[in-house]
Amino acid sequence: MSLKMPSLRATAAATAVVLGGAFALVFFYAPNDADQGFVQKIFYVHVPIAICALLGFVVAAIHAIRHLRTGDAVHDVRSYVAIHMGVIFGTAALLTGAIWARAAWGKWWVWEEPTLVSFLIVYLLYATYYPLRYAIADRERQARYASVFAITAGAFVPLNFMAVRLAESLVHPRVFATAEGGLPGSMMLTFLVALAGMALLFVTLMRFELAAKATRGQISRLRRALDAGGAAGTSSRIAPVAPAEGGR
Amino acid sequence: MNAFKVMLAKDLRVELRTLQSLPAMALFAVTTFVIFRFGLDRTSLEGSLAAGVLLVTVLFAALLAINRLFVAERDEGGFDAIRLAPVDPSSLYLAKVAALVVYLLALEAVALPVFAVFFLDGAEGMAPLAGILLLLDLGLAATGALVSTIGANSRARDLLTPLVLLPLLVPLMIAAAGAAEPLLAAGGPAYDEVGKWAGTLALYDLTFLLVGYAVYDFLLED
Repeated sequence: MSLKMPSLRATAAATAVVLGGAFALVFFYAPNDADQGFVQKIFYVHVPIAICALLGFVVAAIHAIRHLRTGDAVHDVRSYVAIHMGVIFGTAALLTGAIWARAAWGKWWVWEEPTLVSFLIVYLLYATYYPLRYAIADRERQARYASVFAITAGAFVPLNFMAVRLAESLVHPRVFATAEGGLPGSMMLTFLVALAGMALLFVTLMRFELAAKATRGQISRLRRALDAGGAAGTSSRIAPVAPAEGGR
Repeated sequence: MNAFKVMLAKDLRVELRTLQSLPAMALFAVTTFVIFRFGLDRTSLEGSLAAGVLLVTVLFAALLAINRLFVAERDEGGFDAIRLAPVDPSSLYLAKVAALVVYLLALEAVALPVFAVFFLDGAEGMAPLAGILLLLDLGLAATGALVSTIGANSRARDLLTPLVLLPLLVPLMIAAAGAAEPLLAAGGPAYDEVGKWAGTLALYDLTFLLVGYAVYDFLLED
């Protein structure tokens, strides 16, 4: 994120184009699955969302390390936003996954599928990020503790996937082929475009939230400068603070 | 290393004199066994059910100790003392991990025989099971000491620690259950997958000991 990025508007436009293209490919180009038929097309939404959520957690851990090394609050905000988006995408992945599971296997939830179970555990862990963060009043300490959490959870993700996969007996058949295995070219292409589109969406949403936070911070700074001497806002939260109403 | 020894000795001495955690943990474990006896309506257990009852009981008894681990530091200014003292803050982490392992071993020294008497037919699997429990204790202590520090310094206190800790412990419990299940199998212990799970437990312990040791300084900074 520290590289020179294209403008927010350009990123948003690229997201719209690629994601729109991906959906066009999904509906008009990729063939219907021989087994599952039309329902299988949710694969092009579900799997990229899940991958983006996990990548978001990795990005959050990297920013958390940089935050602890440099003490620069900007990395903490990025780490927060990455986890925030990761949890939102994770919710979407669990919901689309449940819909797909219902259509393909007849059940909303299947304990035998290790990827599903691992993802749920990771999701439950990251969901505790918010109570942890808001339980700490001091702003700097909050940022440091949140970074420690992001790093610990980052180390947890691969361990968790390993443990859950080991827990499935090896004779259990893999119910659906993974993205790399046995996908015909047209499906693979559609999947990759959908993945790129979803990743762009993730980045765009992250940057929107970062921009919103920066703007909000600037507004409250300006407002404080304006009524200097008046009671300054003393909120210790980094997350969305509703701008005070009628405070001119 | 010296600071580590001093702090560990302090913790153990305080526990010996006040007996705040250990009796409560042991009592909690025994009562939980009784509840399981009626909750499951079984008088003898084997295999995965036995592993689940034993490990869940140990986990929740451990939560009692983990929640109390930093109460003295928080209430009596121990955190400030560590910040002022010219010692590596990580030695506090290691001392707390070691103290927790000692507590958990003491708990299991009571809970495991009681469990065997209540629910098991024989005691053949006990020796390897004790080894598995030691690996479990290390993992519980490594993550527990880290999360407990966060909880102790937050407003939510007793609420936050179990909330964050439980999902973090899921892989550890998966591995421990995987190892304990064949050891508690009906008709004597089997050893088929124990090695695989013991390796997973060791990997978890090592990972979180390293992570805890690496990040602990940042929790005490102020």
